[in-house]
Amino acid sequence: MKLTVEQVRHVATLARLSLTSEEEERYATQLSAILDAVAQLQELDVSGVEPTSHATLASSLLREDVTRPSLPPEKSLANAPAKVGTSFSVPKILE
Amino acid sequence: MQLTDLTLLELAAKLASGEVTSVEATQACLARISQVDGKVKAFLRLDEHGALAAAEASDARRKSGNPHGPLDGVPVAVKDIFLTEGVETTCASHILKGFVPPYDATTVRLLKEAGMPILGKLNQDEFAMGSSNESSAYGPCHNPWDVTRTPGGSSGGSAAALAAREVFGTLGTDTGGSIRQPAALTNTVGLKPTYGRVSRYGVISYASSLDAPGPMARTVGDVAALLKVLARHDPLDSTSAPADVPDYLADLEQGVAGLKLGVPREYFVEGMDPEVEAAVRSALKEYERLGATLVDVSLPHTKYALATYYLLAPAEASSNLARYDGVRYGHRTREAKGLKDMYGMTRDEGFGPEVKRRIMLGTYALSAGYYDAYYLKAQKVRTLIREDFTKAFTQVDALVTPTSPVPAFKLGEKVNDPLSMYLMDVCTLPCNLAGLPGLSLPCGFTKAGLPIGLQLMGRPFDEAKLLRIGRAFEREHEFTRRLAPI
Repeated sequence: MKLTVEQVRHVATLARLSLTSEEEERYATQLSAILDAVAQLQELDVSGVEPTSHATLASSLLREDVTRPSLPPEKSLANAPAKVGTSFSVPKILE
Repeated sequence: MQLTDLTLLELAAKLASGEVTSVEATQACLARISQVDGKVKAFLRLDEHGALAAAEASDARRKSGNPHGPLDGVPVAVKDIFLTEGVETTCASHILKGFVPPYDATTVRLLKEAGMPILGKLNQDEFAMGSSNESSAYGPCHNPWDVTRTPGGSSGGSAAALAAREVFGTLGTDTGGSIRQPAALTNTVGLKPTYGRVSRYGVISYASSLDAPGPMARTVGDVAALLKVLARHDPLDSTSAPADVPDYLADLEQGVAGLKLGVPREYFVEGMDPEVEAAVRSALKEYERLGATLVDVSLPHTKYALATYYLLAPAEASSNLARYDGVRYGHRTREAKGLKDMYGMTRDEGFGPEVKRRIMLGTYALSAGYYDAYYLKAQKVRTLIREDFTKAFTQVDALVTPTSPVPAFKLGEKVNDPLSMYLMDVCTLPCNLAGLPGLSLPCGFTKAGLPIGLQLMGRPFDEAKLLRIGRAFEREHEFTRRLAPI
């Protein structure tokens, strides 16, 4: 399956990646080759087969709905690139 | 013989008898690292102060007759994917440069509780995406058997540090073969435990349904001893299994007489190196001589495993790596004017080419219009692959295959050809898709002196049997005794 540069650009937007035009060209070629290789799955008839999302899990992933201690704000914020008080700081969204 | 030439269990015995102190062992490792790591590049960073402080505390416990366990005082190191409180953890990525975790991964906590000094953080492929350690943002790791070659990946640093005798045991993670393939390429032993056997809490996620942390060391016994420390149910990881944990050292010497070992014909793939195939076939004969019965088995969906893996793993990665947006930790671009720009530019600057490639592939496979054809289809094929294994294990106790189809290749040889690189995992990744345990151990050398690995795969939570089968072969050979020429 041949991916166009426009499709690569669209996927990059979905993935929140700002690619250079050189990267867009390269990924169009490389992803097309990978999608060609994985197309072999289409030859298999999987009607009636249940999907496996976890190989060995038999039980629910949900834990009990009880409160537990969490990291204190100073630890949570210790690695923040920018912060204000006890909040993470980001560039403004609205003018 | 130098102190660092000892195996993990040999050092543990010397610590127990008082012949050696933990401080001496830790200093010997630091001296060895200083001597050889300039060539190997296994360590991304050392925690000399923390390791020596832990060693001194261990010696004090020994002196007062209260060691924390048989491995108290044995120095180890961990892949940079494991969170280490107070010690920078980058997952070999620029996007996490400067990140200092506020807590330890459960596995790291368990090593510390066992009294083991942690020497530092080991090189790896960026976010564990790669099979040669060349996608590390901090430069490749080199194979101690030939420094022009790769040690494999993604746990390349964990394997190379062992082969170079810089440390006695390491932790790696295995999403598609990242413990076993580097073990095979460096003449070391690596175990991918059953999914859920070892906690993933505090291990930076790549593909959550496949990731398995596990022990690496120089012998099967050493790996068994480390697994004993690591295997337990962890309430902090909702996918951790509340399964019984046996004593992995108890039955280690029981041999293979009476066991049935399956030889899946699909694993002797076209393009396999003839010397690798010869060594594996010779190991199979050896198992027969030791009293096991070889059974020809078929896993017919094996040929679809690579495609299945390279849809599922990138899909999960694209979701997991969405958290690196420059808001809470790690790198943030200085160029962006607004929030949306900040996300895109931060991620473009922070991630390397292989990580971006997999994020793009995963995002595409999950996007509207393609989800059913790619992601859902791959999940259904995963079911067929699992069923193949379930069927095979009604006939046999374990499966025996090559670990890697080729020995260590030259650095740079495959780096521009993603598909060729992905083929390096062809023998290991079905095990991850099925969630099974897999062990790689040395089984020979090529004429050029490069290590060859043998892979054993078992039923879920049957690590003890795999270790026993591995040990039976190891006992008959000197492979694990051979030291890398560095």
